[in-house]
Amino acid sequence: MNNDFLQNDTIAAIATPNGCGAIAIIRISGSIAIEVVDNLFNPINKNKKLINQPSYTIHLGWLYDNNKILDQVLISLFKAPNSYTGEDIVEIYCHGSPYIQKSILQTIIRKGIRLARNGEFTMRAFLKGKMDLSQVEALANLIYSKCEVTHNIAIQHIKKSYITDIKNLYKKIINFVSLIELELDFSEENFILVNKSDLYKTLFQLENIIKNMRNAFKLGNAIKEGISVAIIGKPNVGKSTLFNALINSDEAIISELAGTTRDALEHSIIINGLLFRFIDTAGIHYTMNNLENLGIKKTFEKILESQIILYLVDVYSFEEKKIHDIINYFNKHYPLKKILIIVNKSDLGNFTFKKNDYVYIISAKYNTNIKDLINAITNLVYNNIVKDDSIITQNIYYEALNGTLKSINNVKKGLYKNLPEDLLTIDIRLILNFLSKIIGKINNEDILENIFSRFCIGK
Amino acid sequence: MFINYDVIVVGGGHAGAEAAAAAANMGSNTLLITMNIQLIGNMSCNPAIGGIAKGQIVREIDALGGYSGLITDKTMIQFRMLNKSKGPAMWSPRAQSDRRRFTEEWRLTLEAIPNLDLFQDTVTSLLIKGDKVIGVCTIMGLKIKSKSVILTNGTFLNGVIHIGNKKINGGRISEKSSLGITEQLKNLGFSSGRMKTGTSPRVDGRSLNYSKMFKQQGDNPSKQFSYLNTINLNHQRNCYITYTNEQVHDIIRNNLDKSPIFNGSIKSKGPRYCPSIEDKIYRFQNKDQHQIFIEPEGWNTIEVYINGFSTSLPADIQYKAMQKISGFEMVKIFKIGYAIEYDYFPPTQLNYNLETKIINNLFFAGQINGTTGYEEAAAQGIMAGINAHLKINEKDPFILKRNEAYIGVLIDDLINKGTQEPYRMFTSRAEHRMLLRQDNADERLTPISYKLNLASIERMQKLENKLKKIKSCLFFFENKDILPEEINTILKEKKLSLINKSNKINVLLLRPEISIKDIVSIPIIYNYIKEHNLNEEILEEVSIQIKYKTYIEKELKNANKLLQLENISIPSNFDYSIIKSLSSEAIEKLNLYKPFSIGQAYRISGISPSDINILLLYIHTKKKINKKNSINKKNSIFYI
Repeated sequence: MNNDFLQNDTIAAIATPNGCGAIAIIRISGSIAIEVVDNLFNPINKNKKLINQPSYTIHLGWLYDNNKILDQVLISLFKAPNSYTGEDIVEIYCHGSPYIQKSILQTIIRKGIRLARNGEFTMRAFLKGKMDLSQVEALANLIYSKCEVTHNIAIQHIKKSYITDIKNLYKKIINFVSLIELELDFSEENFILVNKSDLYKTLFQLENIIKNMRNAFKLGNAIKEGISVAIIGKPNVGKSTLFNALINSDEAIISELAGTTRDALEHSIIINGLLFRFIDTAGIHYTMNNLENLGIKKTFEKILESQIILYLVDVYSFEEKKIHDIINYFNKHYPLKKILIIVNKSDLGNFTFKKNDYVYIISAKYNTNIKDLINAITNLVYNNIVKDDSIITQNIYYEALNGTLKSINNVKKGLYKNLPEDLLTIDIRLILNFLSKIIGKINNEDILENIFSRFCIGK
Repeated sequence: MFINYDVIVVGGGHAGAEAAAAAANMGSNTLLITMNIQLIGNMSCNPAIGGIAKGQIVREIDALGGYSGLITDKTMIQFRMLNKSKGPAMWSPRAQSDRRRFTEEWRLTLEAIPNLDLFQDTVTSLLIKGDKVIGVCTIMGLKIKSKSVILTNGTFLNGVIHIGNKKINGGRISEKSSLGITEQLKNLGFSSGRMKTGTSPRVDGRSLNYSKMFKQQGDNPSKQFSYLNTINLNHQRNCYITYTNEQVHDIIRNNLDKSPIFNGSIKSKGPRYCPSIEDKIYRFQNKDQHQIFIEPEGWNTIEVYINGFSTSLPADIQYKAMQKISGFEMVKIFKIGYAIEYDYFPPTQLNYNLETKIINNLFFAGQINGTTGYEEAAAQGIMAGINAHLKINEKDPFILKRNEAYIGVLIDDLINKGTQEPYRMFTSRAEHRMLLRQDNADERLTPISYKLNLASIERMQKLENKLKKIKSCLFFFENKDILPEEINTILKEKKLSLINKSNKINVLLLRPEISIKDIVSIPIIYNYIKEHNLNEEILEEVSIQIKYKTYIEKELKNANKLLQLENISIPSNFDYSIIKSLSSEAIEKLNLYKPFSIGQAYRISGISPSDINILLLYIHTKKKINKKNSINKKNSIFYI
């Protein structure tokens, strides 16, 4: 059983809205909050220990992860019981870049602090008698909706590529546990159902997938490099012009994060507080034969790694009746990606079709309607891609991935040491517990169920 | 003819005998009514007690002050500790008992209890006044009054025995079934179902050729179930193992249509983990053999029990098939196997104290609740006996939690989840099995039972003495250095890497290859053991506490988390329908089960974690408001 709302362990979360503000606040609540931050914190005044500082004080210094500086931060202390949650609270004011926020949060989580669930600070406040009754129903609704899966495309993208494998492995492991339990409970009948090397192999497969997933999450595309937007289209429709128009627009701030741009044809910019990675691609020739050029192959790779596709046409080649064909094509082949059709070179021709939710008419060369397009892209993100809890969700996965790896390691060690099976199952069950968080709640499968039909047991 | 009793126990099986003993020992005037006073505590199936998870239950019953362990110790003819190669949570004592001696010891034990009367009769109905039971009526036409009644009818309620297409009314072979009670309870609003179980043939041991079988011997030295001093066996009887083969299977396969399970005359569910031989052969076509255990029925008898060959096939088919088993060529049958169908009452109709929700002071224990097994029945019996006594004395019910005892897991599962097939305990049902070990049942339960005035002072003193010795031995092991020269010869002998500086004893014991037995010969340890008079039991537990410390602590942590939920109680009159955010399924189930705690609510099927969180909010709110209300009566929406 896992009831998050009754745990009194220490929790952390980013308290400021998702995205890139000037400053972000990371809030940590619980008994080890001060101690953990103390160990990461290097104050200006070197002799200062947070643990000795009074409540309601603020402290300047640097946060370190091992020897690496994460950020210069301000830290304020609110000691129990006179804090929002009634527990010790530490608030870290760091710079607002999502990368920094994330790095700090991940460092804290590695030190044994758990990520807060939606509403958990509030819940704690409530349980400590810090809230009044009128807020209860609202809180209840919040909790009720907490299981709703975020529509974050990045996560779905990563999840989708692994989920089937993980589900299969999950089932396999359930099977292993069931068989082990069966061996244990029916050991009088002396049968061996579990092939330990198979179990080891399954764990190894799982470990690889989880590691890949973790790498994908850990400072991965979704988090580190922003929301990727691929500009595609036939040659000479003005892709590079649009690319330049976007990155040079008034709204765009060129990202200063080192290493975010992959090559000359990519640029990371921050628009309306969101980090985007725009990708220019080679033109697609539908008539081109397969051998002709690597560029096109690369274009399709870019489509795969992007979350939003800007499909560019020009007024000459565009026919309104093809809109649906194009949209259907992308919905069919790239169902998780959002697509906008952009008709360029509006300065050059007469056209009869109208702008709608999918189709934008611009002139990249003269910056016509670029601002509209930018707003359309950010709205798309706000409406579809990023919900407020997307960072949280990502980190819940991250936490579960780390937990899985740790438990896999324990089981492997146990197998190596020839640990009795009943002890082995303690950690195998933990793996299942973590996996169920990643793949969503699976019906509580009774370990003993389904097995009786397959194995003959019982005197 | 009769006094007004405090407790009447209907049925003298494992549940009834423990129930009557517990109630009487706590001070209730108790009457045990049974159809056959010669068969108290009879083993209807195989003559063995304990086994995996079941052995732990017997230790728990003993720690509470019950008798199943003592009686097994006095009547056992073979003892084995199963699963010694696994972790200590899996170690499970199991004994073969002398069947006749077992019932004899039960009878003598009950006769020795002062407040306990015995009466041979058949109860046909309950005396009910309003929503309360006030006694029983018997087939002899007698009315006997009491403050409470415990029903432990086993397989007797409308029992029907099946052998081939023969149907005989009966509760066991050659014993009558019990009619009337089911119908009356149904009229009172109880729902009932049918279950099926079966048993194996008993044969003449002289007709078997043991040289064709594998011998299974008892442990030497043997151990005991009871925490009180009982004596070791100085000799034991052997069991034997043989196997079925394709010839046996062919005979059975060709006669499946004669088995009531297959021809449709038995429709009720039997235990999947204890299938009949015809079921095994039908369902597992690719298995070319099944294990058969030959268990002696007693010290002196030639009768043996054929475990693994439970069947309801016609007698001649049973015989023909058995003849083909290796070693059974000349077999002579004493008693044929049979299947039995009986009524049970889905246990979700019970409260935690095993009292029915519909009728006050009426308790159910044993197979009537859909369980199977002597140990499961006895466990419910002792709990029902204790709780009947507590109820009529207006005391709080005695409830064991899932992290305290297998008995707690058993009752919690039964009343919250019910059961679709005869319920048997498995270690895998206990999420904290690491804590529920056979070695520490006394530590877990004797103090609670002593406070209830059931476990004797003798038990309590033994426990305190044991704990004291364990504590000081642990302290000694944690602080005493062993020099390399003291241990290296032992390490060398075991071909293990040697040590070059001194180690504390507990550090040495942490090495998986080193057991406590390996180091008891080291002089300082040897002297300590002698000086403090430590027995094997204490050394073993010290070793468990050292070797499995991290696992035990992990489990304790998990259990404590769970306990937080258990400790949040829900008012009994809580109306769930006022909570709009709960799913309608949750509202319906919660109003039906009326859980006592958030923990219990969580285990009800169909209740989701978000339901629980919402519930928590309201429970907390209500408490807070109640507090406020005592000063200021406002906010009555949440005030129920």
